[in-house]
Amino acid sequence: MADTSTSTKRSFKFVALVAVITTFAAVGVVALLMNIMERKQEARNPFYRVVELTDTTDSPDVWGKNFPLQYDGYIRTVDQVRTRYGGSEAIQRTPTNADPRSVVAQSRLEEDPRLKTMWAGYAFAQDFREERGHAFMLDDQTFTERQAVTTQPGTCMHCHASVYVPYKKLGGGDLIKGFEAMNQMPYTDARKLVTHPVACIDCHDPSTMQLRVTRPGFLEGIRALKASQGVKDYDVNAMASRQEMRAYVCGQCHVEYYFKGAEKRLTYPWSKGLKVENILEYYEEIQFRDWTHAETGAEALKAQHPEFEMWSQGIHARSGVACADCHMPYKRVGALKISDHHVRSPLLNINNACQTCHKWPEEELKERVETIQGRTFSLRNTAMDALVDLINDIKSARTAGKSDAQLAPARKYQRKAQFYLDFVEAENSTGFHAPQEATRILGESINFSRLGQVSLKK
Amino acid sequence: MNSGTFTGLFLGALIGTVVGVGAYTFVYAKGSSYLTDNPAACANCHIMNDQYDGWVKSSHRAVATCNDCHTPDGFFGKYMTKMSNGFWHSYAFTTGDFHEPIEIKQHNRDITRQACRKCHQDIIEAIEGTHAEESTLSCLPCHGSVGHLTR
Repeated sequence: MADTSTSTKRSFKFVALVAVITTFAAVGVVALLMNIMERKQEARNPFYRVVELTDTTDSPDVWGKNFPLQYDGYIRTVDQVRTRYGGSEAIQRTPTNADPRSVVAQSRLEEDPRLKTMWAGYAFAQDFREERGHAFMLDDQTFTERQAVTTQPGTCMHCHASVYVPYKKLGGGDLIKGFEAMNQMPYTDARKLVTHPVACIDCHDPSTMQLRVTRPGFLEGIRALKASQGVKDYDVNAMASRQEMRAYVCGQCHVEYYFKGAEKRLTYPWSKGLKVENILEYYEEIQFRDWTHAETGAEALKAQHPEFEMWSQGIHARSGVACADCHMPYKRVGALKISDHHVRSPLLNINNACQTCHKWPEEELKERVETIQGRTFSLRNTAMDALVDLINDIKSARTAGKSDAQLAPARKYQRKAQFYLDFVEAENSTGFHAPQEATRILGESINFSRLGQVSLKK
Repeated sequence: MNSGTFTGLFLGALIGTVVGVGAYTFVYAKGSSYLTDNPAACANCHIMNDQYDGWVKSSHRAVATCNDCHTPDGFFGKYMTKMSNGFWHSYAFTTGDFHEPIEIKQHNRDITRQACRKCHQDIIEAIEGTHAEESTLSCLPCHGSVGHLTR
């Protein structure tokens, strides 16, 4: 009897032990099963079309209902983050009636007062702040103090608002007609016709989601550029590859431009090429000037964020790397591979932006970029000093009573020196988009400034 | 029914349940596909989709599968590598603890470096000449995209 009870006890213990082990095993296997099931669900790529998108849907939040992941990135362009040489800082200000913004970016004029000397007599000497993210493009343009000191045309809307739908509405269905009409309106009138900063429809075809160029400035600019390379009647939307489009949609706005003639037609000066000397040659030929320099009387030019042009001269462009590869890199969300619509500096997203191709630690990659930018920035300062020296020399020569004819060569050099310098200064990469090209341009600029000073001694 | 039979039945049911759930999981997760050479198996879990899509369009798709370049020669080496990678990849993917974009580890890179020799031994010999002993020649830095471009 005693034997039986011991063996029953022992077998009970054994069963309990097996039960505990199998319980753990079952829990583990079922947990794994559920995990595998979840991963399989992710891989199904569900797409729910909850709204119908048409060629007149300009509200990004409507598009966002069909594409919540992309929209989520897009609305994050409100972030204000500094990098070492770029990026914007959120500065608090007291809103006024004229300017209801409570946050702006830091003033570049306060950071470097030499810019005021360079732009003397031009609206940029009044107010120039570090650019903020896409979300602010319309507000920052509407409320800049530059609006108070000069009358801007409706042309500005081309790149400061989502204009595809407003252009078509204004042109009675014709994009180009709408563009031409808005160019000739006063800024404040045109401002009433637009609502959104850059939106989904500016780069995407609503029925296929394919990339699409909608900005007349680029449609015409790239046609002129291609014509100069022997390609006739270039139609970017029909002839560009998908990878080219991943740079071209950004090139719709991140370019050098001017307003042509009395009708203020937005024009990209590319018919001789994209390099700084090609563009200057273009301006020389049509004798264009942005303004007359207040201190020297030189007919000056202002370069405007020529990112597309600078990028095109660099090693990344040569290797087929488009803007979107670094500024909107692919990211994984579940099993979906999407391009990150939080457009920002690659320095804030080195893992996805750089390490896809460059297998080195983040710190080292950042170091490499900052080395290039540091060198560019230091040479930019040298060029800026040289330009200020030239401007001061022309000023004193002017007060000393030299004639316009005697000052002409020095003014010409000033025009060139400051356009070259501004081509790097206004370009938003501190040289990174094309390091050697940026350095070359700054070297030329310094030379022009010094040659200008020499010309005054003759 | 005496207590011995009861214990036996109970244990059998316990173990059978676990084996059953395990077998179902194995089939549901396409476990047997990992014993084959079919590249689609490597993209069973979506993390390798980019590599798989790249391979489909690569110059080597007609002559080499994943296993040709990512496992060593010989039955033992091949299945040891599959087993080890299979375990660690599953572990990483299940826990979600891995570097993105995914990167090949040194050990696996060495395997791939050697795998070029399975077909291209002649040309590599011609390059190495008499220095074969101390050669650290690798095809990968320049020809890394022949299998699959990942950008």
